[in-house]
Amino acid sequence: MATATETPAEVGAIQEFTVTVIIRRFDPEKDAEPYWQDFDVQMYSTDRVLDALHKVKWDQDGTLSFRRSCAHGICGSDAMRINGRNRLACKTLIKDLDITKPIYIEAIKGLPLEKDLIVDMEPFFASYRQVQPFLQSSSKPEKERIQSIEERARFDDTTKCILCAACTSSCPVFWTDGQYFGPAAIVNAHRFIFDSRDDQAQVRLDILNDKEGVWRCRTTFNCSEACPRGIEVTKAIAEVKQAILRGKP
Amino acid sequence: MTSNIALDAPRSPSARTKRGVNWEKWGWIYMRVSGVALVALIFGHLFVNLFLGDGVSQIDFAFVAGKLSDPFWQWYDFFLLWLALIHGTNGMRTIINDYVATASVRRILQGALLSSTVVLLVLGTLVIFTFDPCPAGADPELVASFCADIL
Repeated sequence: MATATETPAEVGAIQEFTVTVIIRRFDPEKDAEPYWQDFDVQMYSTDRVLDALHKVKWDQDGTLSFRRSCAHGICGSDAMRINGRNRLACKTLIKDLDITKPIYIEAIKGLPLEKDLIVDMEPFFASYRQVQPFLQSSSKPEKERIQSIEERARFDDTTKCILCAACTSSCPVFWTDGQYFGPAAIVNAHRFIFDSRDDQAQVRLDILNDKEGVWRCRTTFNCSEACPRGIEVTKAIAEVKQAILRGKP
Repeated sequence: MTSNIALDAPRSPSARTKRGVNWEKWGWIYMRVSGVALVALIFGHLFVNLFLGDGVSQIDFAFVAGKLSDPFWQWYDFFLLWLALIHGTNGMRTIINDYVATASVRRILQGALLSSTVVLLVLGTLVIFTFDPCPAGADPELVASFCADIL
């Protein structure tokens, strides 16, 4: 087939290109301030931002630090700020970004920076723990706690949370006030507040009816846009507000 | 930070202090309720002042004096003043809370905000209910020309 070699790249073929990634680096033992460092990497159109980070770390600079575990959008380890938006590095395809320009990668904001793309997640998990994100039921059924399809659908959206902190670290209120519970904690409270099997909704509503609770939300929708799982975070927060006003879920 | 990583943390009660009435909730409700009321009040205000009669050219001292002598417009302006000013003050308060991290600066700004609001509310209410375009015994040179017809 002589003609086959002359045809341009067929539709859907894997393309190769050079991408510049500019990463915000910080080593607390050496640097007083974070700084931007750029790397050129050969990428394929099937690659993700996480693959670019791997190429940098494995082939160019082994000191680059970032978190990733499953690398398939489930564990929530690699939330980072890519071109100014919070995303999961493992779910962001390079070809979906504008590769004529450099790709800027930095750690998520609002949490203490530890090294390169790694932040201290403890304040995030501290507020997550405060909303009691576990089933509390006094009933002791013989077999199982029955729940209808409708009752399950009520909180289906908020069960999808993977605790990546993309929402909380995109929230401008959280950036300036670390005391705010943050969207992720409210989402996970919502998951149990509206669960028909749970008995302690009132306790969680009381916890979130706080100076630093749901009333701090300014409905800027940053969290809904940031969520890699597509959870309607702002809507969930609004539903918790309504539940507090009603006094029951 | 390190002490509360242990497993018992989820079961411990909220560490956040709870004192008295939760004003944040009422502040949130106030913003919504006053917001809805203000839409009606402000558009009514604009309609009467700028559209009815001669429109914007009718607004002068006599027009305002006439409105402020009518108890309906007195109370209308009273609600407009209080709802709008407190609505704005609460908005400013939340902005200060959002952007000012230093506790002392925050207290100073909120104190200034509160005192200016109180002054404006008192002054505004006083003007609405005690405004007299033609005070008795005033020098005719200094008051509006139409006062000659009344006095």
